[in-house]
Amino acid sequence: MLRLSLGLVTVFAFSVIIFSTFSFLPGDFATEILGQSATKSAVKALRAELGLDKPPVTRYFDWLGNVFQGDFGSSFSGRSKVQGDQGDRSREVVGLIVPRLKNTLFLTGVAAMLAIPLSLILGISAALYRNSYYDRSATGVSLVTVSSPEFFTAYIFILLLATLFPVFPTISNVDEASTLAERFYRTALPVFTLTLITMGHMMRMTRSAIINILSSEYIEMAKLSGASRYEVIVKHALPNAWAPISQVIAINLAYMLIGSVVVEYVFNYQGIGRLMVGSVYNRDLPVVQACALIFASTYVILNLIADLIGIISNPRLLYPK
Amino acid sequence: MTLNNSKELLLEMKNIHIDGFSDERWHKILKGVDLTLHRGEILGLIGESGAGKSTMGKAAMGYTQPGCKIIKGEINFNGIDLAKLTEFEKRKIWGTKISYVAQSAAASFNPAHRLMDQTISAANRLKINPTDVLKKDAVQLYESLQLPDAENIGDRYPHQVSGGQLQRIMTAMAMSPRPELIIFDEPTTALDVTTQVEVLSAMRSIVDKFNTAAIYITHDLAVVAQMADRIKVLRYGEEVEEAETRDMLSNPKEEYTKSLWSVRSLIKPEETNEDYMLSIKNIDAAYGSSKVLHNVSIDIPKGKTVAIVGESGSGKSTTARVITGLLPQLKGEIIFDGKKLSPKLEQRSKEELRRIQIIFQMPDTAMNPRQTVDEIIGRPIEFYQGIKGKEREAKVIELLKMIELDETFLDRLPSELSGGQKQRICIARALAANPDLIICDEVTSALDQIVQEGILKLLQKLQKDLGVTYIFITHDIATVKAISDEIVVMYQGEVVEQGLKSKILNPPYPDYTELLLSSVPEMDPDWLTNLLNKRSS
Repeated sequence: MLRLSLGLVTVFAFSVIIFSTFSFLPGDFATEILGQSATKSAVKALRAELGLDKPPVTRYFDWLGNVFQGDFGSSFSGRSKVQGDQGDRSREVVGLIVPRLKNTLFLTGVAAMLAIPLSLILGISAALYRNSYYDRSATGVSLVTVSSPEFFTAYIFILLLATLFPVFPTISNVDEASTLAERFYRTALPVFTLTLITMGHMMRMTRSAIINILSSEYIEMAKLSGASRYEVIVKHALPNAWAPISQVIAINLAYMLIGSVVVEYVFNYQGIGRLMVGSVYNRDLPVVQACALIFASTYVILNLIADLIGIISNPRLLYPK
Repeated sequence: MTLNNSKELLLEMKNIHIDGFSDERWHKILKGVDLTLHRGEILGLIGESGAGKSTMGKAAMGYTQPGCKIIKGEINFNGIDLAKLTEFEKRKIWGTKISYVAQSAAASFNPAHRLMDQTISAANRLKINPTDVLKKDAVQLYESLQLPDAENIGDRYPHQVSGGQLQRIMTAMAMSPRPELIIFDEPTTALDVTTQVEVLSAMRSIVDKFNTAAIYITHDLAVVAQMADRIKVLRYGEEVEEAETRDMLSNPKEEYTKSLWSVRSLIKPEETNEDYMLSIKNIDAAYGSSKVLHNVSIDIPKGKTVAIVGESGSGKSTTARVITGLLPQLKGEIIFDGKKLSPKLEQRSKEELRRIQIIFQMPDTAMNPRQTVDEIIGRPIEFYQGIKGKEREAKVIELLKMIELDETFLDRLPSELSGGQKQRICIARALAANPDLIICDEVTSALDQIVQEGILKLLQKLQKDLGVTYIFITHDIATVKAISDEIVVMYQGEVVEQGLKSKILNPPYPDYTELLLSSVPEMDPDWLTNLLNKRSS
């Protein structure tokens, strides 16, 4: 309960930071779309229409109140005066974000389902055969993948799997009509990229969490009571390693979501990351704020889940004396 | 402890050599030790830390710790040479034919599993009896080990039971597959004396009941005397001597064996005076919301030694923390040399801080591992007395001489010192402040008997030369006898009694003091039997 309320406080603090950061950003939407030469009165009129003339504190609470009701406001762009999109007057932010959020969640979800089991298996087996050639090469390779930036990894994949051996498409555009199989096929490269950049960290931390536990006395005791190597790792070490492992997974899932900003851009995937980048360009505050708030809340929620797993896996916290 | 007449050979270890790898090179840990054990017999392995007794015990299972290897030797268990078996074959013997009881039960149980599951895990691997039969048997074992609520205690997790109970559950775990041999590796060292008695008697009766052979490893001769039929003394990886328990105690052949109980022969004539260095009056103290000291009042006479004794959790160390100001008291006052001390450390003057120094139990963690001896001792000289340069160095060397070391130690790091030397450096660091009162918090508990003796003698000599007052916190009665003038007995955060050593250590006792004193093992192989008879009558 305490953690939950702390989480809420964190999200709230985030919302303040997000709002104030974007409010203090130089330039605003009105001058951006009307251009440098716009008359003062025109700018003022547009600002009034968008509610930008109110003091920041009022705007913040208006925004926050609406957010609580599931209303993230209307996008600044998509208005009739804006380039393209003629006629379609101000779109709701929610309507703009939801389909893209689904896309992003699909992308990161698939990547997570690939990355988590893989890194757990690799990490546990590396711990099992510590200092073997397998272990050394696995930790070595993972260091390389962790250190390479995601756009670099993405381009390597494009080079290998799209250009040299054209197996997968470089552009991952999906729409409502795409079938599931089609989606898997089209998102293969971004999924691989996200998997690779997060797997190294998770695998290494799993390995070290288990190795750390392997030096404890109860592990020696388990060995001396005749437990096999597999039993020692899976039955005796792993249950005590869930807390650190789930922390690392949470951090990496959050990183994956943020990493998707770059990856979606590279592969031209219609996700929330791309939407956010585009909206920052256009000074489209409501959209940017909503995206940032979603990122922040996911981070908090993921950490909460990790904490919860840490508590559930630890009898000392679950069953008091 | 019945002497076994059938003399059927169970274990024979011949010429065991084991090397260990540390500090970038191989060291010899065992240098050709032999050992024989018959069915139903208990052999005591005794020696100081580093003697190789634990390595020997584990080697009896064919196991070596990571970083160690068996160089040479045979380990014949029931006619099979364990040294030649593969890891896989050895696993079939471990836990089922030979089981192991470790020193720290709290660290040796997996915190993630229930006690019952851990108790029967080895027997389960045999697949002879179904789980429910094993569970019933485990409950019976719990019962015969006199565990409370034997029916349900197995459903708990390790953190939910006390250290003494855990140690007994580990004995049940070792006994569950009915092994032919149990290795007890210092099983009572981490326990309080009053708990130790219960655990010892439980272990002894169960080993007797099933006629299991055992190797009992300890550094405490009095403890092993209660358990073993035969005793083997190890030192530096070699055998010193081996004899039947009674012969060994009545007639030890080697000088070294005699020195093992040397602390018990140190005696100090008691003295006291009415001039108090420190008086604490009606102190209450708490950690957070849990109150740990209740109305504690203690007087410390000038230039004398007051020992505070009690089990873990009795508030001894907390009292020290209150005196030093690390834990401000809730209630009561501290009078130091006629002046009231403020409860908070930050509000005490530098001079007040200088006059009270503390020496901790673990010299390893009490010193900065990256500082040389010169820096460690030099800093308080600079800080409290403002002495620098050549003069400071002379002072450091003078202090080193005082603690019976010399200037060759100046540039050494703590890692390059032995346990006893480290504790000496800690003493020198306390002396560097030229204090009037030194609090010694279990300063000898982590040290071997002989080293203990040296440290205690040094402390006595320093008191005679410098007139410094000691508060000596300990749970070891032998140490108390050796060093104190007055004794304070504490129990559950309260002072049971305070008085001259002769008064406290002689009847009539309050109940708790009686229990505490009678639980201290004596060098008499019949001590435990007599004590249990006396207590049950």
